[in-house]
Amino acid sequence: MSTAPLIEVIDLTIQLNTAVGMLEAVRGVNFSVADGKTLGVVGESGCGKSITMLAIMGLLPPDVVISGSIKLRGVELVGMSQRQLAGLRGKRMAMIFQDPMTSLNPVMTVCEQIIEAISIHDRQASQNAKRVRALDLLQLVAIPYPERRLKQYPHELSGGMRQRVMIAIAMANDPELLIADEPTTALDVTVQAQIIELLQRLQRERKMGLMLISHDLGVVAGIADEVAIMYAGRVCEKGPVETVFDRPHHPYTFGLLESLPKIDRTEDQLVAIPGSLPTLSMRPSGCRFHPRCNFAQAICAEADPALETVQDPLTPGVVAACHFAETALYTDQGAGS
Amino acid sequence: MTRFIIRRLISIPLLLLGIVSIAFLISHNTQGDPLASIVSERQMDNPEVVAAAKARWGLDKSLPEQYVLYLRNLITGDLGTSFRTKQGVGKDILERLPATLELVIAAMILGVGSGIVLGVLAARFRNKPIDHAARLWALTGSSTPVFWSGLILLYIFSVVLGWLPGPGRLDPRSVPPEFMTGFLTIDTLLAGDFAAFGDALHHLILPALVLGWTVMGIVSRLVRGSMLDVLSQDYIVAARARGAGELRVLLNHALRNALVPTLTIIGFTFAYLITGAVLTETIFSWPGIGSYAVEAARNLDYPAIIGVTIVGGTAFLLSNLATDIAYAFADPRIRLS
Amino acid sequence: MSQSVAITAFRLPNWAKLPVIIGGLIVLFWTAVVLTINFWPIDDPIEMVAKRLMPPSAAHWFGTDALGRDVLSRTLHGARLSLLMSCAVIAAAVGIGCTLGAIAGYVGGFVDGIIMRLVDITLAFPPILLAMAITASLGPGLENAAIAMIVVWWPVYARLMRGQVLTVKVREHVEAAIAGGAGHSRTLLTHILPLTWSPILVNATMDFGQVVLLAASLSFIGLGASPPTPEWGSMISEGAIHFYKWWICAGPGIAILSVVLGFNFIGDGLRDYLDPRSR
Repeated sequence: MSTAPLIEVIDLTIQLNTAVGMLEAVRGVNFSVADGKTLGVVGESGCGKSITMLAIMGLLPPDVVISGSIKLRGVELVGMSQRQLAGLRGKRMAMIFQDPMTSLNPVMTVCEQIIEAISIHDRQASQNAKRVRALDLLQLVAIPYPERRLKQYPHELSGGMRQRVMIAIAMANDPELLIADEPTTALDVTVQAQIIELLQRLQRERKMGLMLISHDLGVVAGIADEVAIMYAGRVCEKGPVETVFDRPHHPYTFGLLESLPKIDRTEDQLVAIPGSLPTLSMRPSGCRFHPRCNFAQAICAEADPALETVQDPLTPGVVAACHFAETALYTDQGAGS
Repeated sequence: MTRFIIRRLISIPLLLLGIVSIAFLISHNTQGDPLASIVSERQMDNPEVVAAAKARWGLDKSLPEQYVLYLRNLITGDLGTSFRTKQGVGKDILERLPATLELVIAAMILGVGSGIVLGVLAARFRNKPIDHAARLWALTGSSTPVFWSGLILLYIFSVVLGWLPGPGRLDPRSVPPEFMTGFLTIDTLLAGDFAAFGDALHHLILPALVLGWTVMGIVSRLVRGSMLDVLSQDYIVAARARGAGELRVLLNHALRNALVPTLTIIGFTFAYLITGAVLTETIFSWPGIGSYAVEAARNLDYPAIIGVTIVGGTAFLLSNLATDIAYAFADPRIRLS
Repeated sequence: MSQSVAITAFRLPNWAKLPVIIGGLIVLFWTAVVLTINFWPIDDPIEMVAKRLMPPSAAHWFGTDALGRDVLSRTLHGARLSLLMSCAVIAAAVGIGCTLGAIAGYVGGFVDGIIMRLVDITLAFPPILLAMAITASLGPGLENAAIAMIVVWWPVYARLMRGQVLTVKVREHVEAAIAGGAGHSRTLLTHILPLTWSPILVNATMDFGQVVLLAASLSFIGLGASPPTPEWGSMISEGAIHFYKWWICAGPGIAILSVVLGFNFIGDGLRDYLDPRSR
C-alpha cells in the first residue's frame, strides 16, 4: 500500500438543493483517518456529522452538491461514478447505522442479507462457500446459535442482535474503513457497551480504520485515538482525544464537557450550553457558535475563525476554530480537574 | 396467522349466503313475477312447462319454503335452465369458464406486469417526465371504456394493419384441440400443434391487452406509492452501503417490500377484470362467461343472468380470500406471528 | 440521509398541477355543453340529416351513422343524458350511503352490524354483473339502470362514511359536546359530519367518471337508453354493428374517455392536495 492515508477529507463542502435554494449543510471540513486508528466525530444532531459520513460513502442523492476532496488511499471519491462507488462500498469501506430496527430489510432473512453483501463483491463464490462465510461472520460478531439465526428474519431478533448482524454484514468483505453512525444510540444501555467493545475488538483484529460518530463523549474518549468536534456544519476542534478532552480550546468543546454529569460534582453545577443549534437556513454571521458562546467578543460576530493549529505546548496536534483559542479563559477553568 | 385465515374462512359461507339471498331477491322480483325469471315468455302459455317450473322451484309454496328450495337447488348445482340455450345454466357456465379464465389470467399477467414496471419506473424517476408520462398512460387506461378501445384497436390492428386476427379464440378454419384444460394456449401445446398454438396466442393478444390496460393504472399507482415509501427507508441506504447497485436496490430490496401491499389489490384487480371481461368478450366474440352474460341480458334470459351473477360473486369472494392469504404469506412479519 | 431526502421532496414542479387544470377545463366544457346544447347551431340529433354512413367531412365533422344522423350532434346531445344521469346516481349513492354509514358509525351495535353486512354482501359482487342483473330483472331502461347503479354504489360511501364517523366520534370536541348535553342528532349533524366531507368529496369526484363508464356500459349492452335517444354507450353499440365505419363510435368513445379522464385528473389532484403523502 502507498503512504497515502486511509481516508482523507479535504475542505469538504456539502450543499443541499432545497425549496428555499441551496443550503450549506457542511463547510470546509478536514480530517483524515489512518489504518488501525479510530476517529471519533462528536456533535449535536443536525451538525452535519451524518451527512459527512454519507458523503464519504457516496450515498447522498444526486442533487446534493459536494465540493472539496475525499480520498481513499489517495484515490479521489468526489465525482466518481455511482457504479465505481458501489464497487468500493461494502468492499473497502463499510457503514453501520443508528437504528438496527430499520436498517435491515424486513422481508429478507439474515442469511440472505449477509450472503448478498458477500456476493455483490465476490461473484465467483459458490453458494456453499458463501453460507460458510456467513456463518463465520455471525461467529465473528459473537452471535449465539448462528445456525439458527441465519434462517431468521430481522423482526425475530433483538435490537442488539440486529446491530451485530449489521456489523457482520459490514465486515463481510474485510473493509479497510468502517464508519459507525451512532451505532448504539437506539440500543439499551447494557447492550451499548457490548457493541462498542465488539467494534473495538474487530478494529484491533482487522487493523481497520474506524470512524465512530457519537454524541456520547464517554464512548468516544474510551475508544477513539483522535476526535473531531463538529458544530453547525464545521469542525470546530480536532486533535488527539485525551488532549482535546483534557484541555479544550474551543468554547463549544468546553461546553460539551461541562454539560456532562461528573462524579465529583453536585447536580446543581451541571451546565447546559445555552440556546440551540441554528437551522440550516439561519446560520449566524461570523463564528457560528458566537450567539451561544459565553466568551464571545465583538469580532466573533464578524469574522469566521479558521481552523488552525493551536499554539499551546501542552496540546500538540490540536486544531481549533476560535479567535481566542490560545488566549481563552476557559482552558484554565477547563476540564483539567 | 392460522387464526386469521380461519376467521376469513368462517366469513366465506356467510357472505356466500348473502350473495345467494340477493340473487333470490332479484329473481323473485323479476318483472314483478318470480315465474318470469324461470320460464321464458314464449313458454308462459304452455301449462305443462309452467307447472313443472312451479313445482321445481316451489312457487306455490310460502316464501321461506321457496327460499329453502332455492338454496337446495343451488347446492346441487341447479342454476335453472337458460331460455336461450335450453341447457342448464351451470353447464353453460362451466363450458365457458375456461375461455374467460384464460383471458382474465392473460390480462392480469399483462396488466399487473406492466403496472409494476411502470410503477417502479415512476417511483425511480419521480416528478421527471417519465413519471408523468407513466401516470398519464395508466390513467388513460382506466378511463377508457374497453368496449370502445377494443373496437378501435381491433379496427387498427386487424383491419388497417392486418397484424392480428379478428375476433374469436381461433381461426374458424383451424381445428380446435382436444379439450383438456380448456385453455386453448395450453391445450394446443399439449397436443403438440404449434400452428394452432400460435393462432390461439395471436387471438389472445389484443383482448388481453385491452383488458390488461384497464388495471395497469391501479397497479402502477399503488406500486409507485409503496415504492416511494420503501425507497425512503433506512434499509435502502443500508443496502446501498453494502455496495448494492441501482438495479439490485430497486428490485431486490425496494420492489420486494413494495410488492407486499401490492398483493392486496390483486383481488380488487380481479373485480375490475371481470367487469372488463364482460364487455371485452362481447367485442372480441370471446366465447366466455362475459359474452354469455351480455347475450343473456340482451335477451332477458333471467336464469342465465342470475346464474352468472352468483358465479361472479363467488369467484370474486374466493379471489379476495386468496389475496388475503397470499398477503399473510408474503410478509414474514405476519406469517410468523 | 432522511433529512436531505425530505428537503428535496418539497420541490414540486409547477406543471405537476397541469392535469388538474386540463381536467377542470374538460369538465367545464362538458358542463357548458349540457347547459346550453339546445342553443347550439348544430343538426338535430334524432333526424336524418345526410346520407347514411358518411365518413367525416366539413359538413359533418364526425361523419353520419347508419340512419344518416350527425354523429357530432348526437355525441354532444348525448352528454346531457350521460352526465345528468351520473350526477343523479352519484348524488343518490352519496346521500343514501353517507346517511346509512353515519348512522352505522354513530349508533354502532346491532344497527351497525346489519348495515355493514349488507354493505359487505353488495360489495362482494362484481359491480357490472350486479347492475346487469338488477336492471334486467327490473326491465331495461334508463331509470332502472340508474336504480341498479345506485344499489351498486351506495355501499362504497356507507363504508367510507362509517370509518370517518368512527374516527371523528372519539375526538375531544365531540365528547365535550355530548358531555355538554347536545342531543344525538345535533352531535352528529353539527359536530361530526362537517369533519368528514373531504374523503367523500375525493371519492365522489373519482367515482363520477366510473359511473359514466358503467352507465355507458349498461347502455352498450342494451339495458340502458333505448333508441333513438342519443346516448354514448348505445351509440358505440350501434357503431360496433358497422364495425368498418370507425367514425360512428369514435365521437362517443372520445367523449366518454375525456369525461372520465377529466374527473380522474381532478380527483387525483384533490387527493394529492388533501393527502400530501401520496406525492
